[in-house]
Amino acid sequence: MEDTLLIDAVERFVNGEMSAQEKIYFEDLRKNNPELDQAVVEQLFFLNELNNYGGTKSFKHALHEVEANLVSEGFISKAPAKQPAKVIQLWNKYKRITAVAASIAGLVSIFIASVVSTVTNKGKEGDLKLLSDITKIQGDSINKMSIKLDSLAESKNSNLPAVTKSTSVTKVVSKFRATGFLIDPNNNYIVTNAHVINDAKNYLIIENNKGQQFSARSIYVNKQNDIAILKVTDKDFKKLPSLPYSIRKRNADLGEQVFMLGFPKQEIVYGEGYVSAKNGFKMDTTYCQLNTSANEGSSGSPVITKNGELIGIITSAENDADGVVFAIKSANIYRAADEVKKMKDYSDIKISSGSALRGLSRETQIKKMEDYVFMIKGN
Amino acid sequence: MNTFEQEKILLKGLATEDKTSIERIYREHYNMVKSLVINNSGSADDAADIFQEAMIVLFEKAKQEHFELNCQLKTFIYSICRRLWLKKLQQMNRYTVQSEHLEETVPVEEEIENHEKKQNDFTLMENAMGKIGEPCKSLLEAYYIQKKHMQEIAAVFGYTNADNAKTQKYKCLVRLKKLFFAQYKNVE
Repeated sequence: MEDTLLIDAVERFVNGEMSAQEKIYFEDLRKNNPELDQAVVEQLFFLNELNNYGGTKSFKHALHEVEANLVSEGFISKAPAKQPAKVIQLWNKYKRITAVAASIAGLVSIFIASVVSTVTNKGKEGDLKLLSDITKIQGDSINKMSIKLDSLAESKNSNLPAVTKSTSVTKVVSKFRATGFLIDPNNNYIVTNAHVINDAKNYLIIENNKGQQFSARSIYVNKQNDIAILKVTDKDFKKLPSLPYSIRKRNADLGEQVFMLGFPKQEIVYGEGYVSAKNGFKMDTTYCQLNTSANEGSSGSPVITKNGELIGIITSAENDADGVVFAIKSANIYRAADEVKKMKDYSDIKISSGSALRGLSRETQIKKMEDYVFMIKGN
Repeated sequence: MNTFEQEKILLKGLATEDKTSIERIYREHYNMVKSLVINNSGSADDAADIFQEAMIVLFEKAKQEHFELNCQLKTFIYSICRRLWLKKLQQMNRYTVQSEHLEETVPVEEEIENHEKKQNDFTLMENAMGKIGEPCKSLLEAYYIQKKHMQEIAAVFGYTNADNAKTQKYKCLVRLKKLFFAQYKNVE
């Protein structure tokens, strides 16, 4: 207890918050009490250390951010990841076995692909399961991943609120659930899938990790790329500090380890995986392929690399193959934002980028990120 | 405006963590450092690391109250990077290259020594912060690094008022201090 009193006194002394009288008294006390003086000196030293630490830390952040920009611009060349020579030796050793395994895998996937393509009907939800939670369309082998809350949907007619009250305790009845994330924290623009917004005929709501709901408006929908941009219109929505992640302009590299955060259930869920192919379903270049698991509700989840670069948006999964998930490449976010910029009312959109996640443990990365990922609901 | 004055402004920007200043220094001097490192058996990644460290040295220096750079910024950066890189080569037992003086250099031993001490303190604090756990870590970072107000912190962390948050912060600080000095004494 005495300790905290001392800290309080020293801090107020340093910050100049002491009155003149108090200051004299404090200095007097130090003079007559060497033990106290020693403690004050130690505390001053420690505060200085802490201050230096804070300064250097935030400078390192700024430095990383600038460097990341220059790297993506090509001004600085950096190898993405150092592979130790041992791995190469291993590879040489097991090359033959891998080749055999790969060819078997190849045959299997060709088989699957042929099965899939017989069912596919381009333009319709054929073999892709869209990952938003909507009613299941019969006979599909691929679904989009947002959730339709069937039981609730039945009561929608009687329960439709005229005005959406955001932070109110009564939660609105929603027809679907998906995920979205901030790309511009200054002007509150959020990205999600276009197929998610399709189901929001009456209203659209975003919900943060703490369960607070805010109303939003869909301002841009591109069905072809399955990308949509929302603007949070709620006055109660508190602005968040700058983005912890950066949005990558170039394509994902094969084998890159990634993680994602989304809302396949009523709370935020973490998932891991890797980039397994550079293109999407039927070689669609808008997408890349991930090996991970994704469920209904994951639609619109951000896909992040270990360095905190956002490389994609989870959209759909293949029904016939376990763990094959497709994500829209992040470059499409820039394209969409450019389109939005042309609109008169929304020309303020600006994708900012941060690198606050670099070099941190995964737990800390998630903590820093989760405020920027939202559940998208609507009716 | 002459170069000297321009560089003075640039360094002031650096001290306040201004990103435009950081970027300008990168654009003007990075290539020089890159060729220094690459010509002396380093890679592009090494060059990027060395430059970053030199920027931190520069930042530490620029933050000092009566700071004055009595040579060109280019010379200073070159000297620092050269020293840092030779040191690194030495650590890797690859000190075979007698790096030619491609550019003018100034003595920077003092700066490097200072930087190493600061770097050491930084690591100690980082370790202590790593051990302290939540919510202490976030609380202390919010106050001492992000310099947020106590009222704001109380709201974000769900304390009923600023005074409660303050008490909690002091308790955390006492713990952090213990962790920090425990290591500090071990090192010395």
